[in-house]
Amino acid sequence: MRDNVLMREALREALDEEMARDERVFLMGEDIADPMGGSYKITLGLSTKYGKHRVRNTPISEIAIVGAGVGAAITGMRPVAEIMYVDFLEVAMDQVVSQAAKIRYMSGGQLSVPLVIRCQGGPGRSAAAQHSQMLEAWFFHVPGLKVVMPSTPYDAKGLLKAAIRDDNPVIFFEQNGLYNTRGPVPDPGEDYTVPLGKADIKREGKDVTIVAYAQMTLFALQAAEQLAKEDGVEAEVVDLRTVSPWDKETVLRSFRKTGALVVAHQAVRQGGVGAEIAATVYEEALDLVDVEIARVGAKFAPTPFAPHLERYVIPGKDEIVAAVRTTLERGGRFGAVGQAAAQRAGAV
Amino acid sequence: MTRPKRSDKKGETRLDRTTALDLYTRMVRIRQFEEKAARLYEQGLLPGFLHSSVGQEAVAVGVCGALRKDDYITSTHRGHGHIIAKGAGLDRMFAELYGRETGFNRGLGGSMHIMDFELGVLGANGIVGAGIPIAAGAGLSIQLRGTDQVAVAFFGDGAINTGAFHEGINLAAIWDLPCVFVCENNLYAESTPQEYVLRIPALTERARGYGIPGELVDGNDLVAVYDAARRAVERARAGKGPTLLECRTYRWYGHYIGDPAVYRPQEEVEYWKARDPIPRFEAWMKEHVGFDDADREAVWQAVAAEVEAAVKFAEESPLTPVEAALDCVYS
Repeated sequence: MRDNVLMREALREALDEEMARDERVFLMGEDIADPMGGSYKITLGLSTKYGKHRVRNTPISEIAIVGAGVGAAITGMRPVAEIMYVDFLEVAMDQVVSQAAKIRYMSGGQLSVPLVIRCQGGPGRSAAAQHSQMLEAWFFHVPGLKVVMPSTPYDAKGLLKAAIRDDNPVIFFEQNGLYNTRGPVPDPGEDYTVPLGKADIKREGKDVTIVAYAQMTLFALQAAEQLAKEDGVEAEVVDLRTVSPWDKETVLRSFRKTGALVVAHQAVRQGGVGAEIAATVYEEALDLVDVEIARVGAKFAPTPFAPHLERYVIPGKDEIVAAVRTTLERGGRFGAVGQAAAQRAGAV
Repeated sequence: MTRPKRSDKKGETRLDRTTALDLYTRMVRIRQFEEKAARLYEQGLLPGFLHSSVGQEAVAVGVCGALRKDDYITSTHRGHGHIIAKGAGLDRMFAELYGRETGFNRGLGGSMHIMDFELGVLGANGIVGAGIPIAAGAGLSIQLRGTDQVAVAFFGDGAINTGAFHEGINLAAIWDLPCVFVCENNLYAESTPQEYVLRIPALTERARGYGIPGELVDGNDLVAVYDAARRAVERARAGKGPTLLECRTYRWYGHYIGDPAVYRPQEEVEYWKARDPIPRFEAWMKEHVGFDDADREAVWQAVAAEVEAAVKFAEESPLTPVEAALDCVYS
């Protein structure tokens, strides 16, 4: 085990190891071959190692990248198609939504589509309205797709390897703001996977459940530390890791323990993944008398360019802290965790 | 199936009698299947939409006749003919149209989405143009696996102005993928005539823009389609890359069964009905391999019996259990 591996390295190792393990695995996308090695260098060195027939540069043709991925996947290959930004998947939505996601179904279970669509993106870099969207809810809404959004290098590598071995189309959404984060990862060649569809409790707590994924998980952990220090509140942070299908069981178990839920993501709040989780938890926990549920998400606007405007629209740690305080205060729960904290919450 | 030989003289395929009868029978199977399906649809017995390929049989059969069973095709919303030409049984076709358990796709797909991997049918498709990049991907898979299969995309003239057409054909061209792109040009995209959406006299001119061969073919002449398809398929199999074929043809019915097709003159329909690909091929067979009324009668009666039995099979097949509606979402 190495304790300080960059997420971008962990992702490259996953691709490298799966290509070595299975000759049906190949990569295609814009600018992914050497010397460029991908816009974010995730595939750097792989075309040199495996050849440009297995690490294929494509034209700027998102429909063809996904469509050819579908065609190759249903005829015996295991393609990993890279779309440079998740925003660009909009161009190829038919191939993602009405082809990849539905072919198994429309064929009556005859065909499988073992296709991974790697994409990246997310806010925080003044990339403005067309290069920083969090579009996971679009894909979350589509039966037949899996949506994976890791938050740590360990999970990123294990989930990508699992996604490549999965027989379903997987949107593997890497959040750009995490590429340079570091964390423990097993040694190269030490084969491990992280199962799709399983959430991970990144921090245990008894007072409130914070459900997050991707970079928001890191903000949730920071928020939890602040809440523990300032309010004496112990938050449990559940990292979904796989957004669809989401791990209802783990979320509900945590919620039944804490009785309070804050779902946090950087995608717009309206129609977001958080809405579905909040509604489901509410429906499933009707037997609990005192339940408190809140959502954190971006304001209903495109991502603005200027840094201060972007920060205003996109939530982070502070918004999670505020939501937890409001939620607990509303539920009258601060009595359980300290009067001082309740007073502070009232000021929020 | 006996492999046809090419004559040295004209570069024209000389079909032997067995092959010719096989191709003829496939056209008759499509014609009778489509006519029967239209009648059942008009009686309200088939759910959903129905797009008939009557009149276009020579394109489906000419192209699929040049393919092996392990070659791939992607098809369109007007796909029954392609799938039957590729070898599909009429019983499972009808069962799918009826939405029954015994259908090719257990009634989960229906008329516009029939798939069968064993026959190399990667799917009819309800989205215009979508099968083109998928066929390119099948071609890429063939190239990477090192087999000598070929992937064919059928599409209508409605597809030629989609992004999928451009992106898919260009990708196949730059990578020399073993693909054949077959435009079944029936002159109308739903109700919009081709001259309204195309500034050039023939789609094949676009082939030059992709750096690949293009060939304009009389799509109602089975032998011409078969010849052109064989050239394109041989080229693809030899690793020389894709070809664009434009087969001019005509659909006798409207865009869908029930469409009165008010957008086209009756004289035009009559003109094309007089060029029915089936009697044209009968005439060719009479001249080249021998064919008489008794042969014709035998084929039509045998196919009629097959159609009746297939419909009976479908009608007697069980409905797909409702649990299946949730079974196949994920692998």
